[in-house]
Amino acid sequence: MAVLTPPSAAGRPAAGRGRSRGGRAGGRRQVGWAFVAPFLLVFALVFLAPIAYSIHLSLFRDQLIGGNHFVGLGNYTQALHDHAFWSGLSRVGLFLVVQVPVMLGIALLVALALDSGRLYGRGFFRISIFLPYAVPAVVATLMWGFMYGKRFGLVASVNEHLHTSLPDPLAPGWVLASIGNIVTWEFVGYNMLIFYAALRVVPASLYEAASIDGAGQWRIIAAIKLPAIRGALVIATIFSVIGSFQLFNEPSILKNLAPNAITTYFTPNLYTYSLSFSGQQHNYAATIAIVMGVVTMIVAYVVQLRGMRKEV
Amino acid sequence: MTNRALRRWAPAVAAVAAAALGLTACGSSGGSDAKDGGSGASAVRSALAKGGDLTVWAWEPTLKQVVADFQAAYPKVHVKLVNAGTGNDQYTALQNAVQAGKGVPDVAQVEYYALSQFALGKSVADLSPYGAKDLSKTYSPGPWNSVNINGGVYGLPMDSGPMALFYNKKVFDTYKLPVPTTWEQYLDDARKLHAADPKAYITSDTGDAGMTTSLIWQAGGKPYTVDGTKVKVDFANDPGTAAYTKVWQQLVSEHLVSPVPGWSDQWYKGLADGTIATLATGAWMPANFSSGVAAASGDWRAAPLPQWQAGANASAENGGSSLAVMQAGGNKALAYAFAQYADQGAGVQTRIKGGAFPATTADLDSQAFLDTPFPYFGGQQANKIFSASAKNVLPGWSYLPYQVYANSVFNDTVGKAYVSSTTLADGLKAWQDRSVSYGKQQGFSVG
Amino acid sequence: MARPHTARLHTPGRPRRSVLLTALTSIVVLYALLPLAWLVVNACKTQPRLLDSFGLWFSGHFALWDNIRQTFTYDDHIFVRWLLNTLLYVVLGAGGATFLAVLGGYGLAKFDFSGRRAVFAVVIGAVAVPGAALAVPTFLMFSKMGLTDTPWAVVIPSLISPFGLYLMWVFAAEAIPDELLEAARVDGSGELRTFFRISLPLLAPGIVTVLLFTMVATWNNYFLPLIMIKNPDWYPLTIGLNSWNQQASTVGGQPVFNLVVTGSLLTIVPLVAAFLLLQRYWQSGLAAGSVKE
Repeated sequence: MAVLTPPSAAGRPAAGRGRSRGGRAGGRRQVGWAFVAPFLLVFALVFLAPIAYSIHLSLFRDQLIGGNHFVGLGNYTQALHDHAFWSGLSRVGLFLVVQVPVMLGIALLVALALDSGRLYGRGFFRISIFLPYAVPAVVATLMWGFMYGKRFGLVASVNEHLHTSLPDPLAPGWVLASIGNIVTWEFVGYNMLIFYAALRVVPASLYEAASIDGAGQWRIIAAIKLPAIRGALVIATIFSVIGSFQLFNEPSILKNLAPNAITTYFTPNLYTYSLSFSGQQHNYAATIAIVMGVVTMIVAYVVQLRGMRKEV
Repeated sequence: MTNRALRRWAPAVAAVAAAALGLTACGSSGGSDAKDGGSGASAVRSALAKGGDLTVWAWEPTLKQVVADFQAAYPKVHVKLVNAGTGNDQYTALQNAVQAGKGVPDVAQVEYYALSQFALGKSVADLSPYGAKDLSKTYSPGPWNSVNINGGVYGLPMDSGPMALFYNKKVFDTYKLPVPTTWEQYLDDARKLHAADPKAYITSDTGDAGMTTSLIWQAGGKPYTVDGTKVKVDFANDPGTAAYTKVWQQLVSEHLVSPVPGWSDQWYKGLADGTIATLATGAWMPANFSSGVAAASGDWRAAPLPQWQAGANASAENGGSSLAVMQAGGNKALAYAFAQYADQGAGVQTRIKGGAFPATTADLDSQAFLDTPFPYFGGQQANKIFSASAKNVLPGWSYLPYQVYANSVFNDTVGKAYVSSTTLADGLKAWQDRSVSYGKQQGFSVG
Repeated sequence: MARPHTARLHTPGRPRRSVLLTALTSIVVLYALLPLAWLVVNACKTQPRLLDSFGLWFSGHFALWDNIRQTFTYDDHIFVRWLLNTLLYVVLGAGGATFLAVLGGYGLAKFDFSGRRAVFAVVIGAVAVPGAALAVPTFLMFSKMGLTDTPWAVVIPSLISPFGLYLMWVFAAEAIPDELLEAARVDGSGELRTFFRISLPLLAPGIVTVLLFTMVATWNNYFLPLIMIKNPDWYPLTIGLNSWNQQASTVGGQPVFNLVVTGSLLTIVPLVAAFLLLQRYWQSGLAAGSVKE
């Protein structure tokens, strides 16, 4: 199941290509596996085993009355017709389409600004925009939750002092945007740093050629910088896509402040959590998790394909 | 339970890295029953004399002192008190441990509304063999009914929450509002207060399953009927529910309740500065007033709960927990001994001193208890109100055997009434539907 | 093949500094720092003041030192215990995760064997499955192994960092010239010896970067310990703070929002310090993630 291509295919020379001509290739292969083995062993324990167990669980149904029995693909059929699941999925879909481009866009613009060398105090900008990444999601949501407070929070203070009527950030119509803001705040610096680091190592020769041609800044960005960091853009997008589909911490903590705006099936991940932890429906929760895993892989694969197509 | 979990789990793991971590076969740690230690009270006494280790999962803060005293009285017993989370967090942990068959505590704090779920799943032990059946006169009727499930006793009542109305006297005096004796009057006060000060609300409410069900209970409603595994949910045709929605819908539609979620920092602030003027809740609340709303000391008073029918004196329970003995625990007789010490013996006095509200009739009736002045309430002898309320709790209420789940989806359904044009009645109907479909999925026969 | 940390580090010419661009970027900085300012301001307030004063300015007497003292001493110095637990989890978890990622990334980059692509595909595929639903199966497995309620339940799952593996893979491919390894082999050096003596020093900047990312992940880990650890003596800081926060909604519990706020601030400080001190290293390490020639 080659869903995603390893980094070497994302625009970098394949490491060690051509080395396999060596006579001791067979021995090397084993040494290679030996280096990867510790990672894979732990990985199998903490990822593959629970997933295998979940697939197993998803074929059964355990009832408070009547016990456990095999239902085949019954849980999957139920998921296909589950309004709660689909509404959560379409919500994270919307989140993905809006929040990820906004976040990566800001991150990219800041990275380009830093890289342009036209900023005063570049080091300060770099570290301060990155700092929110160090804040635990629990603390971040706590802080933003306070500022969103309708009666005593920052929004309330602004409305009172400036006689504006900003909407309640925790109202049902706004809460998804408010969550998007928290996530953007947490990860804009992280993505900025990845882009910035990628920009820093674009070979100087490329720029020199361009300036001889008399290309302007925007032209250089479009023609040289962006193509040069495509690998970073693709990997950041993929991790952001996965993050969006797994949206959980922020809505689940914010639910204390907005109990009626954030339902128990607000995101698919929140839904699996509620099913499993409030409803003791481990089997159905496992089913939703497997379905979400497949959906996420498909979307990540599409992102990867698009990223590669542009490269040709 | 243990074996079933093991069977389901084994194939998955065998496929992977089992060997690497040296898995050992999991021996079931079944405990000894009351049978092998003699019967009833004597088994408990001999367990105490013999001593041993106990693990107690509870979040109730007064138990810390009780554990210390208990160990001093019985030096051979060692008790490990663990706060494994509050409410649902702890139930999740309990259910996980029970399913895994490992790490199950001996004693666990379980709220009344959640107890039947554990009793039905046989996760908690029936305490009848230890003499718990004879305690019906020891506890007030509300809590006692809650631990009596399908003919067994599945926990000892630890505290109780007979309801009362807490009101901010300063606010009521300022706006010359009468202390309401009926909910109609309460609604009237709410309108006057909010008109006089648009920042002030009669109470805060963002949809709380415990409070809604308690008020329906007080109104004489019986939306849940439970007979073993036969369950009926009916809010739509329940007269008590209708009485509740009639008044409460007006409070919500006219925006007379503050949209601040309970127990948040904003809520504490509202209680302190008078913008949340009353709270209808359990008698355990005073301890929280003194610790969390210290700034408003002297402003608040307690009063009997307003009535749905003028001149009645009906009440209901809100909150409260029992100590249950886990079926999978190792030493059940000793576990029972601890629960008895905390909930019936010397522990009760310790807990009352710590601010807890008892469930034991002897204490509820004791003159010293009734005469205790509450400095926080301006010296009011509030226990008189609470004790009377405990006696007036309407009989015949029951929660669903899966109330933990039902409460978790309350805000998905009834919550809509607080943020959209959905009515409370429609919300409750939606809640009913979700509860029914879950019950069916879980194999109950739902009518 | 250029070594990334020696690659050129500026745009041609010496561009003019721009006030406009600086001002625009400052908006983003303001956005990033505003909530942190809230945290600092409110850590300076007493519990009553916290609730009834404007959030973004100081009010009442300056209570920061008093709050810090209270945070450390409250409930028999439990905060200190949580801090030490977190350090333990970070040292074992982040250290181990980095070690595994370095070994794995090096193996994938420098040894040509079939199945390398499959490894990456499987890792990304597994990451795509939502963690919340895997929590219960993982809990049941760990419980059978007797690992729940022990530090291992937090440490072992922390040992896997997919992004770390990816980063080390790319970094190792770039930072270690094949010729160097060939030369070592010709000299008869064993693979393990070559790895430790020759490759590891070259990988240093990448290692620091991965270490920092895994540190953040372990330090901020919330969901996993929430399920695995029921004994407050083994709580990490995040769970401990949350339990303080929940104390406000417990019968007879004492709301300690001021300690939650101060504790949150104290939780962030070590990470921020680590970032500032190691800035030089992680920048060059990250750069490898996207070298193109």
